This record gives sequence, structure tokens and C-alpha cells, in this order.
Amino acid sequence: MFEPKIVCFYCKWCTYSGADLAGTSRMKYLPNGVVIKTMCSSRIDPQHVLDAFAKGADGVLIGGCHYGDCHYVTGNHQTYRRVEMLKKMLPSFGIDPARFRLEWISAAEAGKLVHVINEFTEQIRALGSGIPIAR
Amino acid sequence: MPDKPKIAMYWAASCGGCEISLANLHANILAVDAAFQLVFCPCLVDGKKRDVEALKDGELLITFFNGAIRTDENQEMAHLLRKKSKILIAYGSCAYEGCIPGLSNFHSKQDHFKAIYLDNPSIENPQKIVPQTETKVPEGTLTIPAFHDRVRTLAQTVDVDYFLPGCPPESFKVWEVIDSVIQGKALPPKGTIIGAGKCTVCDECEKKKEDKKIKRLYRTHEIVPDREKCLLEQGILCMGPATRDGCKAQCPNNADMPCTGCYGPPSGVRDQGAKMIAALGTALDLGDVSTLSEEQVAARVEEVIKAIPDYAGMLYKYSLPGSILGGKR
Repeated sequence: MFEPKIVCFYCKWCTYSGADLAGTSRMKYLPNGVVIKTMCSSRIDPQHVLDAFAKGADGVLIGGCHYGDCHYVTGNHQTYRRVEMLKKMLPSFGIDPARFRLEWISAAEAGKLVHVINEFTEQIRALGSGIPIAR
Repeated sequence: MPDKPKIAMYWAASCGGCEISLANLHANILAVDAAFQLVFCPCLVDGKKRDVEALKDGELLITFFNGAIRTDENQEMAHLLRKKSKILIAYGSCAYEGCIPGLSNFHSKQDHFKAIYLDNPSIENPQKIVPQTETKVPEGTLTIPAFHDRVRTLAQTVDVDYFLPGCPPESFKVWEVIDSVIQGKALPPKGTIIGAGKCTVCDECEKKKEDKKIKRLYRTHEIVPDREKCLLEQGILCMGPATRDGCKAQCPNNADMPCTGCYGPPSGVRDQGAKMIAALGTALDLGDVSTLSEEQVAARVEEVIKAIPDYAGMLYKYSLPGSILGGKR
């Protein structure tokens, strides 16, 4: 069975703490995500997302705080706008925007994190192996 | 006369604007002629490929190579000129990062041939003939150079010593580079981007800048801008924040036109389009959204960003083959 590789960028304050909670709570979920911790979801430069795809990621997940919860007040709003613009651009590069997902997951939402990872992994498994390396 | 160092300039997939930028040195072109012998430049002087082949390896002091690598012929000339040159300079945006010819990387070779030779409304081709590298005729076999699947930059094809950005490079910057060679100044480290700055076009732009709070985006034909104010703040998608300086910001300063990004990404940035998205994400201002639901925020963002119909084409106008993804995968 095809095992997708998913690069997950988690904000330190919310989603990463949520993943910590999932771990300490011994929740089981699919192991396809490789987590990179950032100080804020808005720290994730669109270059990081493109680089992940270029280096063979089958999917990219960004996890940040819910609106109103951002440690830096407006970081998650900036992330949302960037993600939406990137999604408009990805089809020109032959990348299905469904491979790129943004979720707001708080430090208390370990259950949501587990659900998102499982669902996203299956979704990408159905899409098949990622992006052909440039000729 | 025989002691003058030899230089060359070659065009691969390019428009000829780079040669014009050299000719635009005006009176200084005489100084170039006094210091160097231009032995090969198909656009400006008579000289054949066999003349270059007859040179010793490294006999050319400098080759200014403009144009992207689109065909076998472009590639062959890149390898030949690399071998014959001490210093190979990727001159202009096409050789440096792919530029306009590089936009074709959003489509396949098959798409291009179909659009150009089969579906084009102004063409009549009932036998559906597309170019072949070899064609048999009674007199023998005719050959033309193969058309590559993708456009490549010069550095993706051969080893390059320096990069001189711009579409075309500004002549005063070209002169700075040539003059420093004439005066025998020490060469910068290999791989340096020469004839340009390190910061962004905004740095050289004289328009009045305040906090960027963009309420809506405009395409250039939709608005008459205020001449004094930053164009991006007025909602015109100006690539200044994601573009290298060196050009004296001539488009915004002199013509009230937004920067379209021809000097490529500034120092420390690999992907110009991605960086511009990062800048826009910060600069867009949706007003007070604290009372709105997630759906309402989404609708408001969509309302603003849908004004640009083709993000990829706009943000990678000059830099597609040299960008992180390089084109359609």
C-alpha cells in the first residue's frame, strides 16, 4: 500500500501542544506526518511549502491557532491569506491543492489533530504518489 | 591590436533586448571597443560558430551569454562558449532565471506543438505536420535542433561564473561591470550576482511609503495611481518587495508602473513568487474581523485575492525555470 509522506508545520503554541497532548494521552494515529515546529504558523514561508513539494512530499499540512487565539494576535490571519493565494497558484505547477491543507488545532484539541492526520493521510493515499520530480 | 582581450556575446532563447542594452552604453561602447575585441556576437557583428570553434580553450576573456536554454542548439552553444571562455556571465534575466521564455514551463512540449502548429486559428495544417528533428527529402536528410521538454537557465546547463540580472540589464549597471574589468579591479567571488544591489526595489523607489494596508487589489489597467504614493499600498500588485534592486526603480519612479520583477529575487531569497505571496499575506488589510465567523473571513479574503486571475504567471513572470518548483510537474 502506498504510504504518503506528509510534511506538517505546527505552530508551537497550539497545534504542536495539541500533538503533545495526543502523544501523552497515547492516542493512536497514522504515522505519515513528519512534524516541523515553528514559532507561529505565519513563520512558514511559502518557500517552505514549495520546497517540501519539490523535495518529494506528497502533502503539506499547516496547523495553527484558531482565530482570536494567535499568540502574536494576527499571525494566523496572515497564514490564511498566504495559504489561499498558494492554493490558487499550485494547479499551475501541476499540484492538486487538495494536497495542501490548513487546520486550526488548539492545544486542547488532540482529538481533532488525530482526526485531521488520519483523514488527510487517507485523502492523499487516494490521490496517489505525489509530484513527479522535474525533468 | 592583437593583444586586446577577446569578448563574445551570444543569444540563445531571447529577444535581442540584451544586445540593445549593450549597444545602449552609447559613447562608452567606444571604450569597450578600445579595451576589447568583440569576436562573436551574431546580433551586432559578423562572426560564425566556426570562428569560435577555432579559438583556444579559455581564449575568450568574457562571454556575455543571454537567453534561456530551449533547444539543442542553445545547449550546444552554451557548452562551446563555456569551454572557450575564462569568464562566463549569465547576462539578463533569461540566462539567469529563465524569464519570459521560461513561462513555457507551465506547459508541456506537446501542448506547445499542439497550440502552435495544430490548433492555432491562423494556421492551415491539414496534414498535421509538426517539426521533426530529421526530415528526409530527395536531396538527403534535413536536420533542425531538438526542442527540449523544458526551458533551463544557463546555470542549469553549464557552469556559470557570474549572473547579471535584468530584462534587459540596465546599461549603466552593465557599464559599471565592464568598467571595473577595464580598470583591472579584483573580481568578486564566483557565483556573485553582479550589476545589481542586494536589497529590494522598494529600497530605491522614491514613492512615499506608509504602513501597507491593502484593501483591494487592482490590475494596472483598472486604476490611475496617485503619483506620490507607494503603488502596492494603492492595491497595484507591484513586485518591488520581492525583487532585487539595482535598476533605480525606474518603472515606479519614472513611469508610475508597478515593478514586474525582472531583476529576480533579492539576496537571501530563492523563490520570488513565494516571497511575494508572503509579502501580500502581510500587507492585505481586511479591516476588523474579530466579530466575523471563519466563513465570513474566508469570503472576505476570497473577495480580495480573486482580483488576480493568474498568480503563477504574474509572480513568476521572470523566474520560473530558476524557481523552487521550476514549472509544471
